[in-house]
Amino acid sequence: MVKISELLEQHGKPSREVYLDNENSGWVPPEVVEAMLPYFNQKGYGHPSITNLPGWEAYEVVESTLELVKKTLNIRSGELVLTHSGTEANNLAILGTALAANKGKRRKIVVSAIEHMSVLFPARTLEERGFKFVTVPVDKEGFVNPEILSMLVDNETLLVSIQMVNHEIGTIQDLKTLVKVVKDVDSEIIFHTDAVDAYGRLKIDVEDLGVDMLTLSSHKIHGPKGVGVLYVREGLKISPILYGALSTQKMWPGVENVPAIAGFGKAVELAFRDFEGNVEKMKNLRDMLIDGILETVPDTLLNGPRGEKRAPDNVNVSFLHVEGESITIELSLRGIYVSSGSACTSRVLEPSHVILAIGRKHEEAHGSILFKISRYNSREDIEYVLSQIPLAIERLREISPLAKQSKRSIDEKEVYA
Amino acid sequence: MSTRTPLAYSPKILELFKNPKNLGRMNDASVVSQAGSPACGDVITIYLKIDGDKIIDSSFESYGCAANIAAASILTEMIKGKTLKEAWDLTWEDVANELGGLPPIKYHCSILAVGGLKRAIRKYFEEIKREKPEWLPKDLSKEERQALEEEELIERMYKKYGVVP
Repeated sequence: MVKISELLEQHGKPSREVYLDNENSGWVPPEVVEAMLPYFNQKGYGHPSITNLPGWEAYEVVESTLELVKKTLNIRSGELVLTHSGTEANNLAILGTALAANKGKRRKIVVSAIEHMSVLFPARTLEERGFKFVTVPVDKEGFVNPEILSMLVDNETLLVSIQMVNHEIGTIQDLKTLVKVVKDVDSEIIFHTDAVDAYGRLKIDVEDLGVDMLTLSSHKIHGPKGVGVLYVREGLKISPILYGALSTQKMWPGVENVPAIAGFGKAVELAFRDFEGNVEKMKNLRDMLIDGILETVPDTLLNGPRGEKRAPDNVNVSFLHVEGESITIELSLRGIYVSSGSACTSRVLEPSHVILAIGRKHEEAHGSILFKISRYNSREDIEYVLSQIPLAIERLREISPLAKQSKRSIDEKEVYA
Repeated sequence: MSTRTPLAYSPKILELFKNPKNLGRMNDASVVSQAGSPACGDVITIYLKIDGDKIIDSSFESYGCAANIAAASILTEMIKGKTLKEAWDLTWEDVANELGGLPPIKYHCSILAVGGLKRAIRKYFEEIKREKPEWLPKDLSKEERQALEEEELIERMYKKYGVVP
């Protein structure tokens, strides 16, 4: 049995640390932690659906958080269902829609090829229940072509799910157009969007977009882990996928994670305070990191688009001839925390389906690294990262036989040319 | 039984990742072999220097995860000074144990390293010495077979995704 404490000791605490793994989870600012603390033992520590003071106090913070979220998304009607993660909210959207459709004629579920696994897996599972599962391909920058989408939906389509911003390569879909082409084919097709990576980075107007369901997650905006939200349009019927007793909401049983919901509310407030300034700052750091890596490290590929159609916080680069998990550990030892699309980190022994879907080769996907910037990063952080990456990649290329074999074959070509 | 799939490594793996022993190309190797494929995300190259029936030096190169690098490194350390027969008798479990254990999802790293070693020993007798000792089996060992399977796996993955390599 591996002793994790000994692993941590062997790793050591780097003297300088830069956290760029905000895709997978993130740092929670002190203001957010402070907002949570009273709800553990000072007030609202009761159950929000019970008629006593601590219960009502809990209910109050649940309600005020949801009201704030509605305001940030311009939601005027409909319901926000609280779950305990974005994964749960996505599962509710997909499976809850399928269950409500029961034995109706609509049996087709259409999702983009680069959706998060918490959309792809439940949608694919429904194949076993007699549904038809269709994926929409994307182009080499990750965009869904509206014309192709339009051809793939029909009056037997139940649900379309396309994320607003891709979680790995930061592609910002033209969601309004995608919703329109789907609704033009058949206005009763339900449109869900996973907006987990868009919230707090892009302005989202639910009424203007015309989506029927939308997913959010607390820990993607510096809130605590343990809160997901599914917006469900007024009048839309979905079925619960979990059953139990007490909760203030029909669609998700079990007591709400009240302290985390209080923290999520504070995180929303902070994300939307000086929204434009935060986004501008992230964009500048993003471009500084992209340009810096591509200039200083040879044999690299940027995954995803550049400019205004790329999420302000997303940098994804494939480093050729080295394997991504090694890079995450090498950078971790240097105090830089990132994640990889390599098979070795995925636990399924296949590299990122997103990187493959944009036409990259397996070996290019294995060397892909995702850096996700936050408004809490500084220029000095990015300067430090840029000072370490060339050294880290060079060390791993020293270990790898592929870098030298590739170089040797180029040299030989030159010799024999 | 737990269904968790932790990816926590033993401290030994991290230590070898930081300071790999026997790293690098060996220019005067008696035999070189490679196992794995770039498309799988795993390649191990094993270099052996042989004198008589003894491995007097060994080194490696690795394209892969930390477990891959550590497995190849510790294997080269384990076989130095051993006879070819003793080296052949090593199993992937021996290497995994020497590393202080591997997460189940990383067993294949140890299999690939030992597969690469057995390939090198087989190659040495079949292509260089052209004379096979009695202890060397005609059929591929478990590790050689699994290395081959991993290399072939990618063909199936390409088919699945409809990509032509």
